[in-house]
Amino acid sequence: MRLTCPICGPRDRREFYYQGDAVMLDRPGADAPPQVWADWLHLRDNPAGRTRDLWYHEAGCTAWLAVERDTVTHEVFSVELVESADAD
Amino acid sequence: MRFSGLRVLAEGLTGNRGWRPHWRDPAPKPEYDIVIIGGGGHGLATAFYLAKEHGLTNIAVLEKGYLGGGNVGRNTTIVRANYGLPGNSEFYSHSLKLWEGMEQELNFNTMMSQRGIINLCHSDGQRDAFARRGNAMRNQGDDAELLDRAQVREMLPYLDYDNIRFPIYGGLLQRRGGTARHDAVAWGYARGADQRGVDLIQNCEVTGIDLEGGRVTGVQTSRGAIRAKKVGIVVAGRSGQVAALAGMRLPIESHVLQAFVSEGLKPCIDNVISFGMGHFYISQSDKGGLVFGGDLDFYASYAARGNLPMAEHVMEAAMTLMPVIGKARVLRSWGGIMDMSSDGSPIIDKTGVEGLYLNCGWCYGGFKAVPGSGFSFAHLIAQDRPHEPAAKFRLDRFTTGRGLMDEEGTGAQHNLH
Repeated sequence: MRLTCPICGPRDRREFYYQGDAVMLDRPGADAPPQVWADWLHLRDNPAGRTRDLWYHEAGCTAWLAVERDTVTHEVFSVELVESADAD
Repeated sequence: MRFSGLRVLAEGLTGNRGWRPHWRDPAPKPEYDIVIIGGGGHGLATAFYLAKEHGLTNIAVLEKGYLGGGNVGRNTTIVRANYGLPGNSEFYSHSLKLWEGMEQELNFNTMMSQRGIINLCHSDGQRDAFARRGNAMRNQGDDAELLDRAQVREMLPYLDYDNIRFPIYGGLLQRRGGTARHDAVAWGYARGADQRGVDLIQNCEVTGIDLEGGRVTGVQTSRGAIRAKKVGIVVAGRSGQVAALAGMRLPIESHVLQAFVSEGLKPCIDNVISFGMGHFYISQSDKGGLVFGGDLDFYASYAARGNLPMAEHVMEAAMTLMPVIGKARVLRSWGGIMDMSSDGSPIIDKTGVEGLYLNCGWCYGGFKAVPGSGFSFAHLIAQDRPHEPAAKFRLDRFTTGRGLMDEEGTGAQHNLH
């Protein structure tokens, strides 16, 4: 598997560290009830198919990336910087 | 049809013409008392113990593929009970006892081989941790022996004892641990369940779970609707999809774990050996192949096949620990879909839906749990209260935070195990 880092270009999977489902970007507000926090931390859609998750370009530019890919075929659809993805 | 030495001999002398299929291939009935979704090791064991321990036989096991085609056929066949935390400790202890009686209980040769499992340690800190774990195992009533370097060398003379980065300080030995023939475990439980009247229905994918007023009433399948008073979900890596049919989300992410087998060799590795520093474990099958594996590929995947970096890592770990196997050629590799829970421990519990029960979160350790999981899940379904050794595998620990079981001490969150 290769990921195309928006900063560094196409790089080997070994340069990246998987950081889990991109749902982690949707952090609840500080006043959210405990159930919302627990669900955010633990529960996952865990799709067989298209998913969006976070990768850290550990051995590269150290950017956090949001990757859209397929969990069944391992096809990668898009890679973007979390910073710009999160700014929307 | 019972197996016996006499029977095998007689069949051998008469051309093996008397054997018959070991289970029926029934069409689904419109209604059962209990439907088990998932015909893998855990599901088949659940059905078997429901029939044997609780006298319930109006049961169907629904399998979308063929029996034992999932993780029970895709593992490294290791059996052990070397856990340290309360909750896990008593559960795996119970499971190992069931393994020891399994062949007699099933009248089926599961090739259970208590050849001993040795976890190697490579630092003072790791040895201290193993001493503590060994004491926890003995307090649980299981066996554990802390070996020093000389004792390990006597048992495993072929390891690299001159490695400067990972010197071998000793090991934790559990003599009752070992391996079993993975497929035979699924087949043995399937045969035992079928003999007691359980319908094993293959090529039957569950496409919906019927709910009415907060309780389960049946399932929709690729072979029609089936009504049921109780439904058990025990589908390992597919837990997320099946639970979603009942509107549930789980603390589970599915990951791929690879394993490898070499060409057949003369007997050379007598035990199960684990090399925690390199994350590598190995045993030799009765056919002679070296069966070994490493860590997860570490990203969510349903592909049932891995990527090359982890394959490379596993080979490097193998060569670091035992250069002697360097000339053995790898015959094949495969991947299984692991239901990774966020604290690394399993779930056997009721759900928010009455009559719907859940068994998942076995991470990369489901094989050794097969008999214990089946026994405890059957108890929960039949009696509506948890079986004591599995009572801590609660679903609500992820909400309350109480009773999270982080066996590896890495943190009770996703992607840390």
